[in-house]
Amino acid sequence: MSARGNGHAKILMTGNEAIAEGAIRAGCRFYAGYPITPQNELTAYMARHMPQEGRVFIQAESELAAVNMVFGASATGVRAMTSSSSPGISLKQEGISYLAGCRLPAVIVNIMRGGPGLGNIAPSQADYFQATKGGGHGDYHSIVLAPASVEEAYRTMFDAFDLADTYRTPVMVLGDGMLGQMMEPLILEKGPVRQHAKTWALTGCRGRKPNIVRSLFLKEGVLEALNLQLQKKYKAIQQKEQRWEELLVEDASVILVAYGGMARIVKEAVRGLRAGHKKIGFIRPISLWPFPVKAFRRPGKKSVKYLVVEMSYGQMVEDVRLAVECRAPVEFFGRSGGGIPTEEEILKKLHTMS
Amino acid sequence: MTERIIIAGSGGQGVMLLGKVLAESAMREARHVTWLPSYGAEVRGGTANCMVVISDEEIGSPFVQYADSMIVLNDESLRRFGGRLKSRGLLVLNSSLAQSAPPAKIKNLESRPFSAIALELGTVKVANIVALGCFVAAGGIVGKGSVEGVIKGKAGEVSTDIITLNLKALSKGFGLAGGSRAKGGR
Repeated sequence: MSARGNGHAKILMTGNEAIAEGAIRAGCRFYAGYPITPQNELTAYMARHMPQEGRVFIQAESELAAVNMVFGASATGVRAMTSSSSPGISLKQEGISYLAGCRLPAVIVNIMRGGPGLGNIAPSQADYFQATKGGGHGDYHSIVLAPASVEEAYRTMFDAFDLADTYRTPVMVLGDGMLGQMMEPLILEKGPVRQHAKTWALTGCRGRKPNIVRSLFLKEGVLEALNLQLQKKYKAIQQKEQRWEELLVEDASVILVAYGGMARIVKEAVRGLRAGHKKIGFIRPISLWPFPVKAFRRPGKKSVKYLVVEMSYGQMVEDVRLAVECRAPVEFFGRSGGGIPTEEEILKKLHTMS
Repeated sequence: MTERIIIAGSGGQGVMLLGKVLAESAMREARHVTWLPSYGAEVRGGTANCMVVISDEEIGSPFVQYADSMIVLNDESLRRFGGRLKSRGLLVLNSSLAQSAPPAKIKNLESRPFSAIALELGTVKVANIVALGCFVAAGGIVGKGSVEGVIKGKAGEVSTDIITLNLKALSKGFGLAGGSRAKGGR
């Protein structure tokens, strides 16, 4: 789409394009990527528009090269980003671990497709574990944000870059092929772009002590001390950065839980059930890490059941169970490998729970 | 009201564009809308399709399992998608290329030779917009004025001749509908 909007009028965009435009407006100065369906429109949009803005676009020779170019760009203090889809994200894991170890901010977008292996190009949510539990080696987490609409995908990019700079950490934006490919109207409102002082960046050391960016610490005790700092940071993120949407949970006897594209279908089912006077609620985790445990810990709330629905065979459901701490039954329904749970299937599962 | 629409044809017939113009028309009417393309390797040469959902409420799934209405531009797509039209649904069919008999249960049928009409207008390329015109008249889901607005809005991207041709194609298609549901639209 050539029309990039004037910030007032509604325009139609795919999720992939909206993510790209959001990144540009959030001040992304460097993008490197390698093509893979279903996120190609994102790379194509960056190829077209980043140079027009005087910024850097590189089609790298591989996913591994792309993430390491992002590493280099980030080390110089600029906002940097890469994107791919599931198999390509697997290839980037080494680089993401290094970003975390070197405390470098970066944004990584994963528009998930079917797996394992090369899988297929259908929408999927089967990379939840990989995204939220580390993915690469070592004791680290990336912040993971999961938008559910094209408009939210656009807005999420401002949040993603800000969180990355605030905590000096990789941030993953997790979508699925459906969200990446679909078009919806949105208004390209300028989001907040905060400037972060990056005193650690490699900007040329004339007149100051050289900065060093590294993740190798062989001297006894040094790595452990740094890892404890990382853990302290992760604790702070878990306390401050939980994000979720909820609907009609107060009096609900069953709460449906879903994220991203899946949450759209679940929310529609919940609205239909409410219209039929069924006491059904809805929680949509937006930050998948930190997982919004606060949404599931309500003092005084009794006899509620949860039903988690995913485009996977059960990944986020484990975090829901940890959040609920056995105080309520947690059931699951999911499909994967190209299957998208339908409203009828969700209702059928719900029926077996009452 | 939520209208779930499947638009299908062969790669190159402008199926994706047809869907985008329809979606943008709905957007101009300040309604909720989603557009979802088929994005597989099937786009090259085989069937191409997209799904458009138009609603007065927030839209859940952009995927259309069973359609309230359908625009089908070739035979293969009719065989592939015909069974997914709801029993009271509207089928707008390109009879120039779809020779198979549509499923017998379909009562609400607008079968017209969109490709032949487009050729008379000067190029087969506008068959998609002729079909859209017919759909707008027969379905009454978006207003003709909204679609014209979208086409005119492309003035910066294409020549005036192309805009004029597409507006003509839209009107021609609009006049073809037998008045199935709500001729004249919203």
